[in-house]
Amino acid sequence: MGRFIVRRMLYMVVVILVVSIITFGLMHAIPGGPFSREKALPAATIKILEERYHLDDPLWRQYVDYMNNVLIPHITTTPPSKALADDCLVNIKIGKVWIRWMNFGPSFKSRARTVNDIFRDNLPISAQLGTMALLVSISIGMPLGILAALKQNTIWDYLGMGVSILGVSVPVIVLGPIFVWLFGVALHWLPPTGWGAKPPYFLGFLPTTLGWDFFKFAIMPAIALGLGASAIIARLTRASLLQTVREDYIRTARAKGLHERVVITRHALKNSMIPVVTILGPLFAGLVTGTFVTELIFGIPGMGKYFVTSITNRDYPVIMGTILLYAVFLVIANLAVDIMYAYLDPRIRYD
Amino acid sequence: MSQEKPISKIHGSSGIPILKKRESLFKDGIRRLAKNRASVVGASLILIIILIAIFAPLIAIKPFASQVLVDQNKVSEWLVSVFPTMKPYAQISNDYPLGADYVGRDLFSRIVYGARISLTVAFIGPFISLLIGVIYGSISGYFGGRVDNFMMRIVDILYAFPSLLFIILLLAFFRSSAAHFQPGTIGYIFVKFDEALGGMFFIFVGIGLTAWETMARLTRGQVLSIREKEFVEAAHTIGASNLRIMFRHILPNILGPLVVAETLAIPGYISTEAFLSFIGLGVNPPTPSWGAMISDGAISLRSYPNQAIFPALALAITMFAFNFLGDGLRDALDPRLRGTQ
Repeated sequence: MGRFIVRRMLYMVVVILVVSIITFGLMHAIPGGPFSREKALPAATIKILEERYHLDDPLWRQYVDYMNNVLIPHITTTPPSKALADDCLVNIKIGKVWIRWMNFGPSFKSRARTVNDIFRDNLPISAQLGTMALLVSISIGMPLGILAALKQNTIWDYLGMGVSILGVSVPVIVLGPIFVWLFGVALHWLPPTGWGAKPPYFLGFLPTTLGWDFFKFAIMPAIALGLGASAIIARLTRASLLQTVREDYIRTARAKGLHERVVITRHALKNSMIPVVTILGPLFAGLVTGTFVTELIFGIPGMGKYFVTSITNRDYPVIMGTILLYAVFLVIANLAVDIMYAYLDPRIRYD
Repeated sequence: MSQEKPISKIHGSSGIPILKKRESLFKDGIRRLAKNRASVVGASLILIIILIAIFAPLIAIKPFASQVLVDQNKVSEWLVSVFPTMKPYAQISNDYPLGADYVGRDLFSRIVYGARISLTVAFIGPFISLLIGVIYGSISGYFGGRVDNFMMRIVDILYAFPSLLFIILLLAFFRSSAAHFQPGTIGYIFVKFDEALGGMFFIFVGIGLTAWETMARLTRGQVLSIREKEFVEAAHTIGASNLRIMFRHILPNILGPLVVAETLAIPGYISTEAFLSFIGLGVNPPTPSWGAMISDGAISLRSYPNQAIFPALALAITMFAFNFLGDGLRDALDPRLRGTQ
């Protein structure tokens, strides 16, 4: 298992490199640059801007420079400055030497900000939203699915599956506007837009405002985003558990006189979780990208708006930064899924 | 849930009833499907939506693109009683059953035409993802070992690519390159084709490029677990060929989960299109897409909720119908759940 994890880590690096090359190539292949405007800038101005951001270098050079700044820790004796080109995510001081790492570069569009500023200010909000949506989806989905399977063909089953079909049929762009109008505008129960937490964050992403001040903003978007995923989890849990309880080893477990509760929790549940775990990877990806629309509808100042605006603005460092970041997230999530897989089903071996 | 009694009470060793009369999987499935109330409701709803999409020019009371600027944001009387917050400022015009949008287009007619977009995606999406995903996943899972390792590494790499971002990047690439392609090149043909389809072609390309991975993984996982079963071993010992084992023994056994997954995915394709149109990268305006309409409506959500909520309801009903049908399909096609009450 240890060897497997190490191998996967190495392979993660390969994935990130491939993702970065594809993204880099594709975004430079899109016609127009970060400084093309409807009313064209003077050629001299563009030349100066391109020189300043090294856009006049050959492409491979730009790529190597970028990856060098992002991936390789730099050891210098000069302390970090306020310069935009010099903003690193990780600054560690050991004696007189600084170890500086992950410089994602400046944003071309918002001239006073770097990609790291976006990571520091906006990413935590998306992470809070995504985490809460994930919690919503698991804590609603799994119990619902288990209940429906154990009480198959009873009112609980029909009710649970009815609710979950409804949940899977209403994506955020449906549920969002309805929530905003119903609870925000018509009933005035919750603020229709906004977010409760502001920087600085505890441990880099946890909100420092807690209680109602945080949750009154977070409840609607978290449920709107998480409900669809919870329905998928519920359906899968039910289908899988129904299949598992018909397996021979469950019959064996019952035959040797185990208590029904033990049969279900120890034998059936653990094995039925395998398909559910498989779906957690893509589900997580869906939640991550789903935060984007959710943020647009609920007016949440997260990373979402940088997704599309960076591409339409040809804001190269922001495109690279956001895509690399999400790629790292997803690769780690997939790794976690694979590890859980092996834990749940000892027949699956990775060595 | 199927209500009929098993044809035979004899049970095989695995608890699966042995059918006396040999029936094809498909026929058997259809028979079960027809007895499932939920799937009949879903299928009828889908049929109605298909009819609406086909006969859209007859049902819509106005052309979907005609703008009457003086009528912008007008609402009909019954809407004001449903959304009482609009009372103080709403301008009444009963020409528009669901109201007019921000440039005075009839919302009802646009929703009717919008069914065409969503349905096309609903039928093309599964086709693409099943075709690529099942072939890829079953080869990978069946042969296992090095082949499997290599093929799954490729999927992993593609998987790590945030698919929606990938589609956005591709769409941005094609949409902004459109004017730059020279006549005669492949890019030019693609762009012209896309224009002819109202911007749908690149949405299909995007869905096709990303949706098959999930299907491939699922197929592979299912094949991996099924190929260790005794009946596959038995087939091997009587000298069945790889292809025969794959198609006669393994595929029918994994069909259930695949169908369930694919029907779970159809609403996903519909909402992907809606999502792309929502952020402005979907179909070309003025082609009416529910996602684009929700996006337009969301801007004035506080003043004119009808403009976002009705397209949202249309989207939800369509997805609901497909989910309902999918649920029925699962009960009908999953051999593992056969004969269980």
